[in-house]
Amino acid sequence: MKQILKVRQLGLDRYLKAKLHAGWMMACLVLVMLLPFILGVGLLLKSEMLIRDHSLLDLIFSKEWKPLSGEFGFYPFIVSSLWVTAAALLIAGPVCLLTAIHLTQYAKKYVLRIMHPVIDILAGIPSVIYGVWGILVIVPWISNYLGPFFGKTTSGYTILAGAIVLAIMIIPFILNILIEIFRNVPDELSEASLALGATRWQTIKFVLLKKSTPGIISTFGLGISRAFGETIAVLMVVGNVAIVPDGLFQPGYPLPALIANNYGEMLSIPSYDSALMFAALILFVVVIVFNLFARALIIRTDKHN
Amino acid sequence: MNNTKITVKNLDLMIGKHHILKDINTSIPEKKITVIMGPSGCGKTTLLKSFNRLTDLYPEVRLNGQIMIDGKDVLHTREDITKIRKKMGLLAQRPYPLPMNIYNNIAYGLRISGRKRKVWLSKRVEFYLKQVSLWEEVKDRLKEPAARLSIGQQQRLCLARGLAVEPEIILADEPTSSLDPISSQAIEEKFIELKQRYSIVLVTHILRQAKRIADHVIFMYLGRIVEQGPAEEIFNNPKKEITMSYLKGKFY
Ligand SMILES: Nc1ncnc2c1ncn2[C@@H]1O[C@H](COP(=O)(O)OP(=O)(O)O)[C@@H](O)[C@H]1O
Ligand SMILES: [Mg+2]
Repeated sequence: MKQILKVRQLGLDRYLKAKLHAGWMMACLVLVMLLPFILGVGLLLKSEMLIRDHSLLDLIFSKEWKPLSGEFGFYPFIVSSLWVTAAALLIAGPVCLLTAIHLTQYAKKYVLRIMHPVIDILAGIPSVIYGVWGILVIVPWISNYLGPFFGKTTSGYTILAGAIVLAIMIIPFILNILIEIFRNVPDELSEASLALGATRWQTIKFVLLKKSTPGIISTFGLGISRAFGETIAVLMVVGNVAIVPDGLFQPGYPLPALIANNYGEMLSIPSYDSALMFAALILFVVVIVFNLFARALIIRTDKHN
Repeated sequence: MNNTKITVKNLDLMIGKHHILKDINTSIPEKKITVIMGPSGCGKTTLLKSFNRLTDLYPEVRLNGQIMIDGKDVLHTREDITKIRKKMGLLAQRPYPLPMNIYNNIAYGLRISGRKRKVWLSKRVEFYLKQVSLWEEVKDRLKEPAARLSIGQQQRLCLARGLAVEPEIILADEPTSSLDPISSQAIEEKFIELKQRYSIVLVTHILRQAKRIADHVIFMYLGRIVEQGPAEEIFNNPKKEITMSYLKGKFY
C-alpha cells in the first residue's frame, strides 16, 4: 500500500516538474513572441504626444523639419533612409551574388577555406571603424574624384558615401549566408543539368539560382533590414542635413542618424522627445513590414519549386 | 563481334593527393548493358563521371589518359563539351529533379539545345513520359513541381529527361538503390528494353540485379579494375580471388 503511494507520489512529482518545465518554456516563448509587440506598443505610447497634435500623413510627408516652431516633417529622413538603403543594396547585391557564385562554383576548395575566416573577420569589425574608414577614404574620394567626374561639387559627405560604407558593411553579412545557401544545393543537381548538355552558366542561372531563390530573397531582406537600421557608420559620412535628397551626391539624414544625434538633447523643445520616438517607430515598422514581406515571398516561391 | 562504344586507356584520376582511379583500361560494348561492380568507395561513381567529364565541375580533380567515345578522345578534344555530354544520359543514385515543374524537367534539355516550339516540345514531353511509363500518372499535373512526385516517379522522370536529349549512352549510378522494389523493377525492365537502342553502363552493388541484366561485367577494387569480361564468365568462373569472395557476398 505504502509503495503504491510512493510510486504515485513520485509520478505526480515528475508530472508536476514536467508541467513546470513546459510552463517555463512556454513563458519564454510567449515573451520572445511578445517582445516585438511590447517594443512597438512602447514606441507608440512614447510618440503618442506627437501623433495627437499632428496628422500621420503630415508627419510622414511634410518636408519641414523645424522642431523649434513645432514642425516635424519626417519626409527628408525617410527618403534619406530609403536612398541609402537602396543604393547600398544595389552595390552589395551583385557583388555578393557574383562572389558567392565564384567561390562556390568555380574556385578551388582551399580558396573558400581561406575566404571564410576573412569574411567572418570583416563581419565582426565594429561599425565605427567602417565609419572612420569612410571619412578617411570614401568621403575624400567622392569629393575629389567621383563628384568632379560627374560634374558635381560636393564635400563628399553624401548619400553615396553612406551607401558605399553601408554596402561594405553588409557585404560580409550577405556573402556568408549566400555561400551557405549555394553550398546547400547538392552538386548532383548541377551535374544533372550539365549532363543534359547545359553550360556552366545555364546551370547556374536555371538550377543553382532558381533553387536558391527563396534563400536569396530572404538574405537580401535581412540585409535591407540591417542596412535600414545601421546607425553609426552611416551617420559619420552621410552629411546629416535635413533636406530631401534628390541624388546620390546630396547629403542626407537617415532616421537612425536623426535619433542617435539628437536623443537626450534639446529636451527643452516640446514634443522633441516624442518626435524621436516616432522616428524609431517608423524604423521599427519598416523593418518589420520588410521582414514579413520577404517571408511571404519565400513562401510563394517555395510553393512554385 | 560487337562494336565498342567507349574505350578507356590508361586512365588515372587524382583528387588532390589521392589517387582515386588507377590505370583504368576497358571498353564498353555498344547496345549492351555493362555492369560495374565493386565495394563502395572503389571509384565506380568517379569512373562514371569521368565518361562525360562531370569531373570538370571539381577544379581539384586531375585526369590523365584517354577516354575514346566513337573514336574521339573526350579528355583532349577541342569539341564543345556540352555536345559530348548530350551523348550520355545520366541517372544518379538518388533522383535529383530540377527545381521546376514536371513538364519543364523534360523540356529543359530540349530548350537548352535551342528547341523552343511549344507544340513540338509538348509532343516530346509526352513521348518521353510515355517511354518511362509515367505519362498516365502525371498527365494532369504537368505544372506541378517535380519534387512532389514520389521517389520512384522522380527517378523515372530523371530517366525521361535524360532520354529526351537523345543520348546514345546511358550512365546509371546505382539508380535503384533509393527505390522501393516495384519502382526498382520498373527501372530494371526499362533498361532491358532500352538496350536495343542505347549502350548502358550501370553501376550496381545488387548482385542479383547484375546477374539479371548484365551482358558485360567490370569488377573494381580500390580504384583498379580487377577483372572484366562477359557476364557469364565473371559470374560462373571468376579468375581472381577477390572477385570470388565479393560474389559470395564476403564483403561489401
Ligand atoms: N570530391 C572528392 N574529394 C576527395 N575524395 C573524393 C571525392 N569524391 C570521391 N572521393 C573519393 O574517391 C573514392 C571513390 O569514390 P566513389 O567513386 O564515389 O566510389 P563508389 O562510387 O565506388 O562508392 C572514395 O574513396 C572517395 O572517398
Ligand atoms: Mg558511388
